[in-house]
Amino acid sequence: MDPARFFAASRLLIVAGKGGVGKTVISATIARAAARVGLTTLVVEVEGKSGLATMFGQQALDYEEAVLSAGGGPSAEGEVRARTLTPDDALLDYLRDHGLSRLSKRLVSSGALDVVATAAPGIKDILVLGKVKQLERSGEVDLIVLDAPAAGHAITFLQAASALLDTVRVGPINAQAREVLSMLTDHARCRVVLVTLPEETPVNELVDTAFSLEDRVGVGLGPVVVNGLYDEVPGLDRSPAEAAAAAGVVLRSADAEVLSDAACFRAERMHLQVEQVARLAEKLPLAQIRLPFVFTAEIGPAELDLLADQFLAELSALAEVV
Amino acid sequence: MATGPSLRQLVEERRVLVCCGSGGVGKTTTAAVLALEAARAGRRAVVVTIDPAKRLADALGLEGLTGTPTQIVGEWPGELWALMLDTKSTFDALVTANAGSPEQGQRILDNRFYRNISGALSGTQEYMAMEKLYELDQRRDFDLVVVDTPPTRNALDFIDAPRRLSRFLDHRLFRMITSPGRGIVRAVNVAAQTFLRTVAKVVGAEVIDDAVAFFQAFEGMEEGFRERAEAVRQLLSDDETAFVLVASPRRDTIDEALYFAEKLGDAGIEVRALVVNRMHPTFGQGAPTVTQARAEELAGTALSGLYRNLADFQRVASREEEHLAGLADAVAPAAVVRVPFLPTDVHDLDGLTVLAGHLLPAEASN
Repeated sequence: MDPARFFAASRLLIVAGKGGVGKTVISATIARAAARVGLTTLVVEVEGKSGLATMFGQQALDYEEAVLSAGGGPSAEGEVRARTLTPDDALLDYLRDHGLSRLSKRLVSSGALDVVATAAPGIKDILVLGKVKQLERSGEVDLIVLDAPAAGHAITFLQAASALLDTVRVGPINAQAREVLSMLTDHARCRVVLVTLPEETPVNELVDTAFSLEDRVGVGLGPVVVNGLYDEVPGLDRSPAEAAAAAGVVLRSADAEVLSDAACFRAERMHLQVEQVARLAEKLPLAQIRLPFVFTAEIGPAELDLLADQFLAELSALAEVV
Repeated sequence: MATGPSLRQLVEERRVLVCCGSGGVGKTTTAAVLALEAARAGRRAVVVTIDPAKRLADALGLEGLTGTPTQIVGEWPGELWALMLDTKSTFDALVTANAGSPEQGQRILDNRFYRNISGALSGTQEYMAMEKLYELDQRRDFDLVVVDTPPTRNALDFIDAPRRLSRFLDHRLFRMITSPGRGIVRAVNVAAQTFLRTVAKVVGAEVIDDAVAFFQAFEGMEEGFRERAEAVRQLLSDDETAFVLVASPRRDTIDEALYFAEKLGDAGIEVRALVVNRMHPTFGQGAPTVTQARAEELAGTALSGLYRNLADFQRVASREEEHLAGLADAVAPAAVVRVPFLPTDVHDLDGLTVLAGHLLPAEASN
């Protein structure tokens, strides 16, 4: 499908997955890919500490929006911005917006926020999602990428709205929860992109999360991202000795052994990866976007661009069903 | 080089092992292996797991959340027991044990605010993991208790959880409301009431009523909780307790592990062993740049791909070692154990045994 159409399908993309699968890398990749097609994107971090800014070669983020990569240039790229959004920040904003600034200091300093959050579980999540909804509604950016909490918590996080409606039956928080729920369940406003590695446990968890999110929250699921696939290197099936003979090169037997061990390792892992990708396809009828494992370096701006290119190429190759 | 005790020594000698680290690094399987190896060494060991992958839970005979350990039968001289942490029932038991009367206990258990605590108050799961650890250790039915910890970003969440929760339960604001007001207290009380009324306007009065009722019901139990929290805290810094930091060699998880080690250090707790899972193997001694150059020289020949592949893995391995070096220094003299990428995920005893071979290799005789 046309990448521009993919990004236009909803303003909010929520990126979720088990810890360690590279959720933040994928959030950054999606933002860069959207920038490539000229869209201004805002990445929202909800867990405080993350390596997002480092990937763009920038200083750590805070509550204020920061530009991670500038737009413009010959290809008229969009800007990538980012900010953090923690429950405490969201609460202060919320209270200010509701004319309750005086209350906010007391709530935080007395620790009463913890009491309130316990009395009404999910209230912190609703404050964060409510703020995201406000950003989505404002239309200031073309795309918002929300780097969600790790998988198990992602379900609770996204379920907070419906859960809270049971506890808080009236008042502004109730209204907020209803608005958040209507955003989450409106597929033209919000979609969830699930991320996994091509390995057994992450694949199992992704499948479970996908069904839970659809059944319990009613969110729309976009394509799933399979991260960290080893790319194919030609010629690994030949024995090093044979290849050396064919190339007319003298190869020490110790070197031949090392080359062969490394080739076997890749072949074995690739075999396992192919199996897991197939298993995922069989268990979950969603389109897959497959991204390579980056061997060359830690994820920095250059590597993100490489991943963004691949993301766009994979999108273009998808059928028009997403 | 590390001169501290090896992981095997910890397994054979300590009374409590706490596996900590960020999410998705293999804490649960590491904890299970440590308990299994203790059983193999003839000890009675129990492992407290938190949210294990389904297949591993099945293999360990953990069919659901239970408050009591299940024995795993196998051919080892010791005993292996396991349980999956049930935050709610652990908390219930703690409340019941501390209540002044069965009625007080029941009043708390029935309160809606209380029922929310185990699911919603951050740090509760961490606290209950530590509480379970303490309870199992106190029972003296086991020689070793191994505990997995929730995937917390902040190490302090669980070191501090007992104290934080007792502070929460001792909440000043609510103490003011529930205590019979006199003089200055009375004036503060009025301010607190006003404050709560405002909060009630936002979240609904029902919510606040539940909370107030809870704190009223809890009256008199704070001291018991505080003492218990202190006892748990002491067990964590006991000489017979060892913290095992689990990480993967990715830069971000290494950074988190470093932060973790630092925070543990601030709390007076040393990491005794560092386990790094999912390491890429090292092939040969060559430098990645040299190998890559060779691949380019040989471009177009059948050997080029083989060299390129080797360069890929050499690069990854050297990067991983580089990330690891700082962390190993930070936790020195803790033993550092590198566990390679395994061809399959661990989900049964055979898998745990394979992993054990990497975690606790047979030690060369001195």
